[in-house]
Amino acid sequence: MLGSGLLQGLAVTAKNFVGSFHDPKRLTTVEYPEKRTVLPEAYRNFPFLVSEKAEDPMGTLRCVACQICEKECPPQCIYIEKSKDKKPDATGKMQIYPAVFLIDSSVCMNCQICVEVCPFDAIKMDQVFEIATQERFHALLLDREQLAKPNSYFHSIRPSEAAEVDGRLAAERKVAEEKAKAAALAKAAAQAKPVAPKTEPAPGAASPKPQNPA
Amino acid sequence: MMPSTPQDSLLERAPQLLRDLVTSHLPEPWRWFANSLIAMIVILAVFGLLFAALTLVERKVLGRVQNRPGPNRTGPFGLLQPIADGIKMLSKEDIVPRDADHILHFLAPVILLASTVMAFAVIPYGRHLVPVDLDAAVLYFFAVGATTELAVFMAGWSSHNKYSLLAAMRALAQLISYELPLLLSWVPVVMISGTLSTTGIVAAQSAWKWGWVPTWNVFTPWGFAGFAVFMVAALAESNRSPFDLPEAESELIAGHLTEYSGCKYVFFFMAEYFGMTALSGMAVTLFLGGWHAPLPSLEFIPSYAWFGAKLITLLVGFIWIRATFPRLRIDQLTRFAWKFLVPLALINLGTTAFWSLSFGWTGPLQLVRWAVAIVLVVVPFIVMGRRLSSGVAPRTYSYAT
Repeated sequence: MLGSGLLQGLAVTAKNFVGSFHDPKRLTTVEYPEKRTVLPEAYRNFPFLVSEKAEDPMGTLRCVACQICEKECPPQCIYIEKSKDKKPDATGKMQIYPAVFLIDSSVCMNCQICVEVCPFDAIKMDQVFEIATQERFHALLLDREQLAKPNSYFHSIRPSEAAEVDGRLAAERKVAEEKAKAAALAKAAAQAKPVAPKTEPAPGAASPKPQNPA
Repeated sequence: MMPSTPQDSLLERAPQLLRDLVTSHLPEPWRWFANSLIAMIVILAVFGLLFAALTLVERKVLGRVQNRPGPNRTGPFGLLQPIADGIKMLSKEDIVPRDADHILHFLAPVILLASTVMAFAVIPYGRHLVPVDLDAAVLYFFAVGATTELAVFMAGWSSHNKYSLLAAMRALAQLISYELPLLLSWVPVVMISGTLSTTGIVAAQSAWKWGWVPTWNVFTPWGFAGFAVFMVAALAESNRSPFDLPEAESELIAGHLTEYSGCKYVFFFMAEYFGMTALSGMAVTLFLGGWHAPLPSLEFIPSYAWFGAKLITLLVGFIWIRATFPRLRIDQLTRFAWKFLVPLALINLGTTAFWSLSFGWTGPLQLVRWAVAIVLVVVPFIVMGRRLSSGVAPRTYSYAT
């Protein structure tokens, strides 16, 4: 009969209206600046540089200025200048570090390729989306001071991935330490008796190696 | 004490007493003038505030229907939103196109608003509250309402804009099409009440059947049909969704409002809401018993409160309908008016004539009278509803599946 469809439609809207007062499914809007949704762990936005210690972010950057990300970046928004001197990195090895590390966030397309190619777990995707600025050019060009965020922050936004990275780095560090110890022993032994063969320490250092990162 | 003489209770006479407090100091020849002035000011103030509240309620209800909270930034729960809107609209630049007819462009919103405000003059808001008690009040109301068509066309023509002109043509087609069912739908009320005066029509609905069922016109078969036709035509007359074709933004930008900004736009906006309110007020008067209480035991509540409650119910109904239905196409719109509403309203005249002639029937004949009247209303509705959609629905699509 004419009009039955109209009545059905009216019933649908009435149900929505009444439901919006008691049923959260019928009032899905989150009043954003006051209330926020919990971002999923895999949510990603602009990249940031991981540093080990919050007190000394520039001294403990994981980045070794290898420039792989700079070369891989599809929109070429990364610019790196290598340092002249060296500093011990996360695994204690002496490494160069980025004297200049710039990301133009107006160019960055959040593709995560820099994160995937980084062999040092030094660059990770952030979850910050409120990046509006008053100025179009310099304010959107982020330098290494702005990009550096401590590992604890990485743990807070993406706990499972951060734990996995930390475990891997700790294992590598252990391996490197043992290697260094063995090398020092071998060196001492070689100095003590130059005749003795150095076959003994090498397998001991090689056997507990869990994986080879580089 | 109060239910026996509700017309004399203090609350009932409060508006009169307040007015006399002000005007009793004036000399006798001036008193009628001051009384009319106060009535005008009160109407403008009350319906102006109702307009402001209605814009907020509309946005809130639309929001809730669409699963969002609606405006909630200005003041607690967004209650100050109409004030913010008003300040924004009034402080906007008033732009008049260079090639526009400046005089007509200025006059259109003024005439539109004036004619809708004039319609408020004859509605009885309460037992003692009717601004102008005309003998032909209903005729006056719809004559004044017809002026809005002129104003809409003035706006479209004077804007010198193709969208405005097309929209004005559309608006004319729509308003004239729906003027006919609108006028035909209230003729039965006049036939039964025997008067064109709004107070007389309200008085004709004042009795109680069996001591508690109100004898409002809407509770009769012809009254219900008339009320339904009246409300559909009122939706179209006040350019409300789903009949808001003159301002179909996907086709005509804002229609005849395209070249209006600032205060003049507010005038159009106000006129739409005033027109909707006036037509709802007239529907309450004609069909819903005016200011009468729905039960004799509720008569201690003053009559203007009952009128307000019925009015707001109808206005919320308008908003509900807007939240539900999509806009019609122009051919659907005119076909619906000419092939469905006008014949229904004409048949309803016959039903009313039967009802009027069978006034003296008593006993079991009463049942026959009701049955015949209901059949006269329902059968044409079903038959014509089938004919209206035959060959049109369900739709077949050439390319989509």
